[in-house]
Amino acid sequence: MPPPVTEASGSLAMRARQRFWRSLSEAEGIPDATLPRPIDTRFAPNRRDFMKLMGASIALAGVSGCSHGSLEKIVPYRAGPAEQTYGKPVFYASVLPRDGYGVGVLVETNMGRPTKIEGNPSHPASLGATGVIEQAAVLELWDPDRSQTVKHGGTIATWNDFLAALQAQFDARAGTKGTGLRILTETIASPSLHAQIQSVLERFPRAKWHQWQPLNDDNLHDAAEMVYGRRLDTVCRFDRARIVVAFDGDFLDDAPASIRCALDFATRRHAHAAADARSRLYAFECTPTLTGAAADHRLPIQAADVGAAIAQLARALGATTVDVANVLPDAWIAAIVADLRANRGASIVVAGRRQPPHVHALAHVVNAHLGNVGNTIVHVPPAADDPTNQLASLRDLVEAMNGGAIDALLILGANPVYTAPADLAFASALAKVPFKVHHGLYVDETADRCDWHVPAAHPLECFGDLRAFDGTLALQQPGIAPLYDGKSAHELLAALAGDTTRGNRELVEAYWQRERASDFAAFNDRALREGIVDGSTPEPINVALRGDLAAVLAKATPSQPPRAADDIEIVFVADPRIGDGRHANNAWLQELPKPLSQLAWDNAALIAPALARRYGMENEDIVEIRVGGRRIEVAAWLMPGVPERSITLALGFGRTRAGHVGNGHGVDAYAIRTSDAPWFAGGVAITRTGRKHALACAQTHHAMEGRDIVRTFTLGEAQACTPDECGTPRYRNERTLYETPPTGPYAWAMSIDLSSCIGCGACTIACQAENNIPVVGKAEMRNGREMHWIRVDRYYEGDIADARALFQPVPCMQCEHAPCEVVCPVEASVHDAQGINVQVYNRCVGTRFCSNNCPYKVRRFNFFQYTDDVPGLDSQRNPEVTVRMRGVMEKCNYCLQRITNAKIAADVEGRRLRDGEVVTACQAACPARAIVFGDLADAQSEVNRRKSSPLDYALLAELNTRPRTTYLARVTNPSPALAQSTQQSRRREAPPAGAVDTRPRADR
Amino acid sequence: MSQVFSPRFALVLRIATVFVLAGIVAAAVVYRVNARGDAPQDDPIEQPIPFSHQHHVRDDGIDCRYCHTSVETSAFAGIPPLATCMTCHAELFNDAPVLAPLREAYAGGKALEWNRVHDLPGFVYFDHSIHIAKGVGCSTCHGAIDRMPLTRRVASLYMQWCLDCHRNPEAVLRPRDQVFNVEWQPPRDQKQRGAQLRQEYGLRSTRELTDCSTCHR
Repeated sequence: MPPPVTEASGSLAMRARQRFWRSLSEAEGIPDATLPRPIDTRFAPNRRDFMKLMGASIALAGVSGCSHGSLEKIVPYRAGPAEQTYGKPVFYASVLPRDGYGVGVLVETNMGRPTKIEGNPSHPASLGATGVIEQAAVLELWDPDRSQTVKHGGTIATWNDFLAALQAQFDARAGTKGTGLRILTETIASPSLHAQIQSVLERFPRAKWHQWQPLNDDNLHDAAEMVYGRRLDTVCRFDRARIVVAFDGDFLDDAPASIRCALDFATRRHAHAAADARSRLYAFECTPTLTGAAADHRLPIQAADVGAAIAQLARALGATTVDVANVLPDAWIAAIVADLRANRGASIVVAGRRQPPHVHALAHVVNAHLGNVGNTIVHVPPAADDPTNQLASLRDLVEAMNGGAIDALLILGANPVYTAPADLAFASALAKVPFKVHHGLYVDETADRCDWHVPAAHPLECFGDLRAFDGTLALQQPGIAPLYDGKSAHELLAALAGDTTRGNRELVEAYWQRERASDFAAFNDRALREGIVDGSTPEPINVALRGDLAAVLAKATPSQPPRAADDIEIVFVADPRIGDGRHANNAWLQELPKPLSQLAWDNAALIAPALARRYGMENEDIVEIRVGGRRIEVAAWLMPGVPERSITLALGFGRTRAGHVGNGHGVDAYAIRTSDAPWFAGGVAITRTGRKHALACAQTHHAMEGRDIVRTFTLGEAQACTPDECGTPRYRNERTLYETPPTGPYAWAMSIDLSSCIGCGACTIACQAENNIPVVGKAEMRNGREMHWIRVDRYYEGDIADARALFQPVPCMQCEHAPCEVVCPVEASVHDAQGINVQVYNRCVGTRFCSNNCPYKVRRFNFFQYTDDVPGLDSQRNPEVTVRMRGVMEKCNYCLQRITNAKIAADVEGRRLRDGEVVTACQAACPARAIVFGDLADAQSEVNRRKSSPLDYALLAELNTRPRTTYLARVTNPSPALAQSTQQSRRREAPPAGAVDTRPRADR
Repeated sequence: MSQVFSPRFALVLRIATVFVLAGIVAAAVVYRVNARGDAPQDDPIEQPIPFSHQHHVRDDGIDCRYCHTSVETSAFAGIPPLATCMTCHAELFNDAPVLAPLREAYAGGKALEWNRVHDLPGFVYFDHSIHIAKGVGCSTCHGAIDRMPLTRRVASLYMQWCLDCHRNPEAVLRPRDQVFNVEWQPPRDQKQRGAQLRQEYGLRSTRELTDCSTCHR
């Protein structure tokens, strides 16, 4: 046994080691229900059963042995598409919606099948990166649960039947000018679609258009109106900001601009970023989020206190006189005010979209006061068409439906029966409408209650156009013709406007032909090729604060009502994976552990350990939550970093008509969400039911307790670092019993920067899509059998009350001295000359010795035949990667297919590969540019540059496995003033375990 | 778990096991001989149209790349689209009954389905472009295609066969201008010339050429 830590990891690393814990059980010494349990595989048949089973299996083996393989067929094209080279993928530039706004992507198609999404480097919302939603879009496209036919009253009908029914409606109401006709859409940021809605409204002047999606920008737009007198969008340029203060604002994960924000933010967070360019992030938040985890200082505060917190900061800066109770400690305010004043014009104060308008208004005021507007903050015209208040719009619609004023309702894309606030009782109002049409990807809860359902074409099957968060326009083009004869929203609206002849493409092109009459052909060609419309980014607009702003603000800011000391609030958040529930049937997203709780397949009531202690609750206890006369029962999950009197519940679960994957997972939080408190509500009562609900958690499956795993240093420590102290030499010990690995012209290696990694999980899904990785389901996940080749581990640092989360992506380390290789009896795990530890599937016999001997637990075993469970999904698979069968071990191989194909292309040209020519799937997707892959043999390569940093360290270097994948230690940039005072106060004020802190908030 | 079998029954079972095992071996042999998924070696494969490489290559002198367009740029050599066939057959033999399936498919009727002659297992990734670029000629693997009225496979496509070449590529390397020459025969001093060409083409080391990751991923 090697000593756990050798002298080389030094004093700093040693000290760092002490502070980490990984789950509550580890920190508090209580047994954790989710530790891998022994799996029950007892099988005790009697003789009869045994004989029956053996007989049946021999008979079946005989039968299958007789099947003759048939010759494979090759079906030639009639006339091949011009851009297609046989056997090579074709990439189409397109755009995918994220909460209604566009994210530019490149759709990889293999012989006409969209198989993978990459980011579009020229699109402002992507810059080449993608998030989990974009990566998972291909799975949604091929989802066999998608709606496949027009339905009338639940039975199969045709598009022509629907058109006839629509015509009958028109005839019956001829001359009414559309009285009683309503259209309900989600956020529309598409010029062509908006024009079509307008033409419907021209044909039926008395018809009305409503908008509703649960994750909307109502609060942001209302705030802009309050401050500037007009609705507009605010674009934050985090690449220009040295100080960022986030008030319940998860800009890294919960916004249409998140990918871009993460990219910009990372430019000042890389481990090697210059000290004077580094940014500092303060986060005040209720639910632990990626932004909070990335923060240099994070303070958990209740969602209801965020308004008072930002008012306190604004007042301290002298930006406003709004007077409410103080909630933040003075030391924090002093530190932030000093930082903001020292960085005028280079700071950002941002609030989250679940905070009410006056919080955003105060953020605007502070930003204007600090001179940030025009520098780090840019105002642009709203990207959405007609950015109305969607909650008011929905309420209008429900009132009209209840009043019997509506004859016909067309629902485009939305699922209001599931997502509308509970108090509006949308479903019962909907029942009063005589003619209801639903258009969507799935026969969902709303489709179920409509007379007609029209299947929607997937965004990867349509032409269209979408504006990005900053207003930049991009054209959408399909990667494949609609699989199930789905109709685009364009076709449906055209039918409503009386045009039933033109298809999706003609409609979109006709719009642009009108708009760009002079140069349409060149425009269209260029926009489709580039993926954005040149020059469509709107100019920033100069807006002045309203003259009566002070009065408006004072009126809008509620004086904090006196709350009972133990008043508990519930906070609703978008699920970090499945959003508002629209992606509930996407198994990749369901199985991807949520970044902080590490739960998959479920939502849970996230509660502070202190609250749990007070109520005697443990993980997985089902609790009843009552608020405003409504109640739900949901499993509890103890979560460090949640304020003590706050419960967080993610939306999007508890679907009943999502599909085979999404139905029945988790609990529907919309059932207790009301229109007067859509994001957080006080007065919550919780009681234990005494029952348990099993949750699948990836948290303790790969525990590497007590070792030197994630390293974090403050900027000061990092600057003083020498490799001996902070990092670890990759070659700890030259003497070894292992065979010397072969060498070749290339030596592939990877560096992962823990400073810029935000823990979003895009790498995991990109890898899943690229490498044909199967999904195992909740039950198998509870057995610890998830298949992800790159997982994102989450550790905690500090006290439980305000624990800081740390992320660490862990792919195969590609050890030069790989412990897996020496134990494989069939040489299925071997090294190649480029330094990759390859897994030879056709040799593997499934002993699992390698996995047993892997110190990083990155090897994945196919316990079952996971890959051919769902017939339709084989079309998504990457033809460049072997599909593994049951009984075979698999793991990350640095995207060997990408390396090999790039190498072949270079060899055909007779040259060496250039640095950056091979990009792994995880690296391409990463919005924070945390992953760099390259050739160690190339002295100039980026990966070599990173590995020469004193912060470079290898995971479990003491084992002398010599990993090719290494990490850059995480560097934080805490405020010198605050670091001291918080450490002191922590020591002084940390409540003893088991006690409840009952002091007033302001005193803590 | 309770004892499942009585001692007497266990004996019967042992004897039965011997027979079953023998049966399995016999079945495996029978299966191996009869149930290969790919086309048999050296037997012409029946096709919907009895396409003759001999006629098109030897008699008409059409270059391989006229139909197999992506052989120099892609892993897959490419099967010609029907339009390629119709460049000639719109005029020549345009009413021959044997070409009826082609005309029907081209007119939008039943698709033409060729039977694959060279079918590698799914976990093997062969790439035509790199072999062409490094001087491995068509006939090295595909044989005297210009003498095949019906196409057949002349190589076993077993891993052993691939490795024979990857271990000793000198034996087959040709000058680049001879790659598409189906009549090329190795000269008497091929060993020398091959070694020279190997140098010139910058072939990877034998170790690299025989790495698992060269063909499997």
